[in-house]
Amino acid sequence: MANKKIGKQTVKLQNPPSVIATASIVGPKEGEGPLRLYFDEIIEDENFGEKSWEKAESKLMRETFSKVLKKANKTTDDLDYIVAGDLLNQCLAANFGLRESGVPFLGVYGACSTMAESMSIGSLLIDGEFAKNVVCLTSSHFCSAEKQFRFPLELGTQRPPTAQWTVTGSGGVVLSNEGSGPYITHITTGKIVDMGIKDVNNMGAAMAPAAMDTIVTHFKDTGFTPESYDLIVTGDLGAIGKEICDELIQEKGYNISNIYNDCGLMIFDRERQDAHAGGSGCGCSATVFAGFIYKKLMEGVLNNVLFVATGALLSTTSSQQGESIPSVAHAVSISNTLS
Amino acid sequence: MQKTLTKKEYQKYVDEKSPNSKLLRNMIRAFIVGGLICIVGQFITNLLKMRGLGQDETAGITSLLMILFGALLTGLNVYDDIGRFAGAGSIVPITGFANSIVSPAMEFKSEGYIMGVGAKMFVIAGPVLVYGISTSVIAGIIHFMLI
Repeated sequence: MANKKIGKQTVKLQNPPSVIATASIVGPKEGEGPLRLYFDEIIEDENFGEKSWEKAESKLMRETFSKVLKKANKTTDDLDYIVAGDLLNQCLAANFGLRESGVPFLGVYGACSTMAESMSIGSLLIDGEFAKNVVCLTSSHFCSAEKQFRFPLELGTQRPPTAQWTVTGSGGVVLSNEGSGPYITHITTGKIVDMGIKDVNNMGAAMAPAAMDTIVTHFKDTGFTPESYDLIVTGDLGAIGKEICDELIQEKGYNISNIYNDCGLMIFDRERQDAHAGGSGCGCSATVFAGFIYKKLMEGVLNNVLFVATGALLSTTSSQQGESIPSVAHAVSISNTLS
Repeated sequence: MQKTLTKKEYQKYVDEKSPNSKLLRNMIRAFIVGGLICIVGQFITNLLKMRGLGQDETAGITSLLMILFGALLTGLNVYDDIGRFAGAGSIVPITGFANSIVSPAMEFKSEGYIMGVGAKMFVIAGPVLVYGISTSVIAGIIHFMLI
């Protein structure tokens, strides 16, 4: 048996799957942000023609699914698996949005790390020759997330500057064993890290140590250095989390500052859009990857990207019981060339 | 390579990194908006008194009207914008209390009138009612014993 596992947490894929297509749909606020030109569709109204926000989020996922299939020139018959998840209880958006797909379905929950988690699982399935084509998909919706995790929308409250804004959007990719790149070459699966942060309005700080752990482990496992990448991008640490993550990684002896960015900072103009510390949610890293990063990879502006989606694994019950916020970060290494 | 931070050290480091809310700015805004809401209340009170209503009726009707305004502005999607600007200035007055009841009622309408609106309406105001009423009962007993 070929030994594909390298180091502690990394898999070097022997048959690296290609990302043959991506699709992204975002909400109106995201559609006014700096990346607006990169998304496939911007919905005008957060209800998306549905009666509830949960239904709207399910529809986001359903539409993204059909869009990404169309862009990949595939039908559901060509698909072996869908790997999808979202933030809502019991992964409501994925389960209901994809219930008519007729494709074997693996529901995953990694909070905001779900996009990298689903891409990891999809890549492993293809590399292991269990599948030829896999769709990986996630979504989040500002209104449904606020309703579940925080306060009613119309409640007149103030947010602290460390709070983040859940992205309304859905992003999906089609991974295939055939194709000419960009290839997923390495996967570093994160472990749960909890540094004791309890402030639910400061999730970036809670997730930063998990991101640092996964990125540093990735370097150690693969022998790569920051110079190996054009871009290292975390999921949704926001302004404070990103700064912390950057410094923690420097303390470990790696300097990634020049090539480091965060999807939560890329998707909104924080000053103009009142997004406080930045964007968050499964849809944040998913739409930034599917929209912006993938297109830059295809244009050749970026050639080697480490995509590290980060998730705060809290529940409303755990925070009410005074628990701290466990976090996880999964890294997917994407390259235009195979070494 | 440095040593790994302990949880306590990390919390301290995060506290240093995290910006605080702009307290002075927020207090000024709260003062202005809270003051304006009170002026509206006072205006209604004076108007009612001029019409010859007694102290008790005036207080009751003024509260009712302020609750109406709070609920109406919440329904018109305006009160959350006021709240984002004013903070405590619009939470503390009775209009804020109306907002805290109407906003979950709107939010959970999608789960129906019984388990949604009915059950969730007091999800934010509930604790205020429980402890507000309990405190007034205790205060009442103390008052009764002292007299």
